[in-house]
Amino acid sequence: MTAANLLEIEALNVAVGATRIISNLSLALRAGEILGLVGASGSGKSMTALAIMRLLPAAASATGAVRLRGEALTAKSDLQMQRIRGRDMGMVFQEPMSALNPLMRVGDQVAETVRLHRSVSDLEARRAARETLDLVGLGGEQGALERLPYELSGGQRQRAAIAMAVIMAPPLLIADEPTTALDVITQAQVLLLLKDLARTRNMGLILVSHDLAVIAQLADRVAVMQAGQIVEQGATEQVLHHAQHAYTAALLAAAKMPAKRSLMPQDSAPMVLQACGIVQEYPRKRRSLWHAAPPLRAVDEVSLAVHAGETVGLVGESGSGKSSLLKVILALQRSTSGQVRLLGDDLSSARGANLRRLRRAIQAVFQDPYGSFDPRWPVERSIAEPFFLLDSPPLPAERRRKVGAMLEQVGLSASDARRLPHEFSGGERQRIAIARAMITEPALIAFDEAVSALDVLLRDQILRLLAELSDRLKVAYLFVSHDLHVIRAIADRVYVMQQGRIVEEGPTEQLFASPRHAYTRALIAATPRIA
Amino acid sequence: MNGAASRNFSLIAGVFITGCFVGIAVVAQFWTPYDPAVLSIVGKLQAPDQHHWFGTDQLGRDVLSMIMAGAQTSVGVALLSVAIGLFVGVPLGLLAAAHRGAVDELVMRGNDLIFAFPALLLAILITAVFGPGAVNAIIAIGIFNIPVFARVTRAGALQLWARDYALAARVAGKGPLRISSEHMLPNLIGLLVIQGTIQFSLGVIAEAGLSYVGLSAQPPTPSWGRMLNEAQTLTALAPYLALFPGFAVLLFVLGLNLLGEGLRRTLSRTP
Repeated sequence: MTAANLLEIEALNVAVGATRIISNLSLALRAGEILGLVGASGSGKSMTALAIMRLLPAAASATGAVRLRGEALTAKSDLQMQRIRGRDMGMVFQEPMSALNPLMRVGDQVAETVRLHRSVSDLEARRAARETLDLVGLGGEQGALERLPYELSGGQRQRAAIAMAVIMAPPLLIADEPTTALDVITQAQVLLLLKDLARTRNMGLILVSHDLAVIAQLADRVAVMQAGQIVEQGATEQVLHHAQHAYTAALLAAAKMPAKRSLMPQDSAPMVLQACGIVQEYPRKRRSLWHAAPPLRAVDEVSLAVHAGETVGLVGESGSGKSSLLKVILALQRSTSGQVRLLGDDLSSARGANLRRLRRAIQAVFQDPYGSFDPRWPVERSIAEPFFLLDSPPLPAERRRKVGAMLEQVGLSASDARRLPHEFSGGERQRIAIARAMITEPALIAFDEAVSALDVLLRDQILRLLAELSDRLKVAYLFVSHDLHVIRAIADRVYVMQQGRIVEEGPTEQLFASPRHAYTRALIAATPRIA
Repeated sequence: MNGAASRNFSLIAGVFITGCFVGIAVVAQFWTPYDPAVLSIVGKLQAPDQHHWFGTDQLGRDVLSMIMAGAQTSVGVALLSVAIGLFVGVPLGLLAAAHRGAVDELVMRGNDLIFAFPALLLAILITAVFGPGAVNAIIAIGIFNIPVFARVTRAGALQLWARDYALAARVAGKGPLRISSEHMLPNLIGLLVIQGTIQFSLGVIAEAGLSYVGLSAQPPTPSWGRMLNEAQTLTALAPYLALFPGFAVLLFVLGLNLLGEGLRRTLSRTP
């Protein structure tokens, strides 16, 4: 049994300085097996992957044994490891754009792996590159061979990165969050590709992800990591249905996310936001001095409405025009045509003091928890920033009291007000962003991919917090996301957006149970689910 | 570990050398060993000894006193020209970044226009109109500094405008002016301090160059550039006359560059 193992890790310890990142980790993988490595951010998943490749950062030190086909990798010299990487094990990273050289044609980059490991002619290397690109679905008329990385979409880039990793037919492939940067439909395709490769080539695959739903799609076996240790491992079925460890159960619960039980046929409630026929066009580069190109229509005749206290989801993949629409709704950008009404007043033509007054009714939470706060401002000052909208902002003592109370509402403590943003984790920062959006008690808060940068556990916590706050404060949400899971868990009503248009609209439960539009059906089918 | 040590070295050496020269310039305001403007034909061209550490020049002036007073000119001109660059260039850069479009084009192309003029040519132009002098050198070098600061500020601010906290401030109803002063400027200070140090050292060189060709401070105000010029004809007779002001420029600029490098490594690590 042991002899059949492709990869064996025994008592692996990794430390950076005095901090232990991985402690006493043991793992085995057979040829052709897909192992899912799952855990929250910071649990040591990526470090494990890097330790297998012997690519740990210089500051980290590792002890323990890693054996590939019985040979101890830990005993190899750096030069020997160079030959092994790419030939005997390949790796795919999260961000495909930074994994590819932007100035080199995709075909040459894929062929490079072959040239490094085998003395082949240019012609042979190119042929191998073409075959591999065909294999990952980038051949034929798409002609990725001669293209530069920026000419490819995110999914195509990830396919190219996979081609680079598998061209030497390595017995082991490690994929670290390979689909986290991709939208759902592309994610499903890339996952399918990885599965096919593993099956047809009898290749061992380690799939690293924070999302059990993704892992459940592919893995034969699952290992759950928490704080640098494997707390549970076993066959996927076993782990999903008979989880032994509390942490696994928490991950499962977060990945399943029950659909919201919507209480409201809210059409009777007053309208908070009403957008009519919004069109947003961007000028394109002129074709020549005499011929202007037609403008790019990012948002095409979109109308939507949000009622008081209601949570509306807006779903669509990247590039569907969600962000442009949101900018128009937040009056950060003037639309080409159309009108936005907020509490019955015209927001799209408001200026000056009138615009400031209207802005009190709408606030926003943005995607990036790390870029959302001025790094030099203490949390209290950031949260209190929207008070600028009021004609008589509260005095310092009153302001401190209000900020403290708001911090407690979002699950932090009032004493956090004096700290700087860098002292908080991603999830805590998103709570602070919510506090900032709620401090002026707006009627509507817009969320732009507000939980996309968080792992499943944090995502679950934030969504619960939002549901609770909307119940308590009767505030309406407009929730923009590419993730159907999230939308289903939080929204009462959903709009589906594709290529600048709203293609379907309806109450969440109804829309998920019987989607009418083909695109909605495709989105739902592509979303990973735990059966 | 090694990186931290060498950063500290640059910073410490830079602060020490720069501090020395600025200290000398301040001291020269109140005291120099001899009056640098007093001539003494009897005591001309004396080699360095215990009375005149750096010797005397062809008019019998004490070279050490002239170096000290020259430091004053050098620091003064460089500092004021950096101030001009900061006070005009930074607002222009912030304006360009906040408004983009036509305003941006106008400001940046205006900057290109100034950039296209060498500082020396500008100084000759100003001198031709207003006559030579330290103030005109300050203006010439200062104008040259404006586009440098404007570009650095604009580039830094454009990056900050792309952050979500700039969006959040706009959602909070703040206008470009307020966002620029509350969010952009404080976050750009590190960048500007570093650029300021670099422009300071360029200013020292530029001042020495301008006074070498007689376009900066006029006699009897001593300056390093003019000392070098006057020493040129006497290099065979009294090489120390060229050596001391030359070393003064070299050491001061080295100190400022070390300071800039040390600051860059310390300040560019954002929390």
